[in-house]
Amino acid sequence: MGDQFLFAIEVMINGLMAGVLYALVALGFVLIFKASGIFNYAQGVMALFAALTLVGIMEGQVPFSHLINAIFGTKIHHFGWEVPAILAILLTMMIMVFFAWAVNHFVMRHLVNQEPIILFMATIGLAYFLEGVGDLMWGSEIKTLDVGLPQGGSFWIEDMTAGLGSDNFFGFFIDKLDMVATVIAAILVVGLVVFAQYTKQGRAMRAVADDHQAALSVGISLNYIWVLVWSLAGFVALVAGIMWGAKSGVQFSLSLIALKALPVLMLGGFTSIPGAIVGGLIIGVGEKIFEFTVGAAIGGATENWFAYMLALLFLVFRPQGLFGEKIIERV
Amino acid sequence: MKDMYEPYVTDDGRTIGRCLMDMRNITLRFGGVEAIKNISFDIREGEIRAIIGPNGAGKSSMLNVVSGFYVPQEGEVWFRGTKRPPMKPYQVARQGIARTFQNIALFEGMSVLDNIMTGRLGHMKTGLFSQAWWYGSAQKEETVNREAVEKVIDFLEIQHIRKTPVGRLPYGLKKRVELARALAAEPKLLLLDEPMAGMNVEEKEDMSRFILDVNDEFGTTIALIEHDMGVVMDLSDRVVVMDYGKKIGDGTPDEVRNNQAVIDAYLGVSHD
Repeated sequence: MGDQFLFAIEVMINGLMAGVLYALVALGFVLIFKASGIFNYAQGVMALFAALTLVGIMEGQVPFSHLINAIFGTKIHHFGWEVPAILAILLTMMIMVFFAWAVNHFVMRHLVNQEPIILFMATIGLAYFLEGVGDLMWGSEIKTLDVGLPQGGSFWIEDMTAGLGSDNFFGFFIDKLDMVATVIAAILVVGLVVFAQYTKQGRAMRAVADDHQAALSVGISLNYIWVLVWSLAGFVALVAGIMWGAKSGVQFSLSLIALKALPVLMLGGFTSIPGAIVGGLIIGVGEKIFEFTVGAAIGGATENWFAYMLALLFLVFRPQGLFGEKIIERV
Repeated sequence: MKDMYEPYVTDDGRTIGRCLMDMRNITLRFGGVEAIKNISFDIREGEIRAIIGPNGAGKSSMLNVVSGFYVPQEGEVWFRGTKRPPMKPYQVARQGIARTFQNIALFEGMSVLDNIMTGRLGHMKTGLFSQAWWYGSAQKEETVNREAVEKVIDFLEIQHIRKTPVGRLPYGLKKRVELARALAAEPKLLLLDEPMAGMNVEEKEDMSRFILDVNDEFGTTIALIEHDMGVVMDLSDRVVVMDYGKKIGDGTPDEVRNNQAVIDAYLGVSHD
């Protein structure tokens, strides 16, 4: 096999792995959109906030320390202990559930039956609020997140595949973290689909997404379901935050990955869980391949816009995405 | 009119019990419009109670008060001997009041089976975590409830469509699935908002048969709204007649049929 071809395959595999991370963020969007018709602009910030909180708890940071120090003239920053990763993840999840409850209790509950654009605006406000709170709580410096996930390229795969090409080919370089992310994303998707299809809460969730009035008439509490859905989205955000944080550090630009999830959703369809995954993979691979082929010819930097161009094409020719529901209204 | 307080047995052998639901002096306003004006009536255990009246009489509003979707400004709702405190519609549903809607409200994207299973939610007690891990009790519960659902499916003769997404069904079957979902809850009171609206004669006959069978077989108390007078007179034990938000008649079909106010409301009378 030619080296060039092998290199193309390596690019594709890495594209797939990057796509998984896009898909993780997109998944959070889909969950909330399916259950409540809200496009949650804050999903990316939720991932950031979850990652910040996780690092903060693990390192034993004092929340709001800057604020406390400014008011009381103290100089506290750390409790002086470190929390094991598992416990910290559990605590972070509890905070995300509390956040879900607060979002529903103080914001969404009061906006029932409002126009989608108003709900969307509310989530934009929520995004900036949460970003501010995250900054205030944990500070704005870039942090490293290490929950014990394997890092770096897998030598085993490199050794196994090195023989495929000439002497200049050293085997496929695949980040272990990406592989872990792929496995976790797969488990998450299967878990979510099974939860939605076969449990009583999942059934209630789908019922609420379908028809509020009918859901009420069979005894489903809308508030309960909405808190549940936002908690699930918070959970997905936490997983995405851990993955992205471990890969590129916990920093505020993390919230911008939410924007990459948009073309993913346009491709996959806003209402489809498998769509989010497939869309993420297509964007991840497409981006890398495009950069590798066309990008090389026109001077690179295509990764910034390729996804959006693809999304634009989809909007023109297949606005419901690959797996979205086609909405046909009877007249 | 039959004695209001003592149980009795009807000609066809069904037992009509004591008062199940008592609406006392209900007044409902939307802004300046009085949709319901000081109406009282009761629903007794085991009976089929119809609410009829011309368009805009306030029948659906009345049903929405019973099912908790509207909260009346004045009056009291008594259910099984206790006064209903302020409540959300889903809490009313959990008390054992199931309903269908005038414009079918089903979960279109879900299968018939899943739709009917949602009717069992009130009977499923396991919490989020055992459901998520799907261990023993959650699994057993699903099986028990699934059996109950299958019974309803058999009863309403919709076995052949149980896996079909509801969105693909024709109108008449959708109405039947909606009834199935309400029945699956094993309600103490079943509310039917125009169960036969938009049906052809054959579908109407089927639906009438099912309503009678439900009442007969399970002893379910039923309150229904219907336009088709023939159907109402055949089905119901007692009838409330409404016009312009007021109650103008209440009694057995025969009594109502001969009530001058009712005749006027339906045939029209010159107001001079």
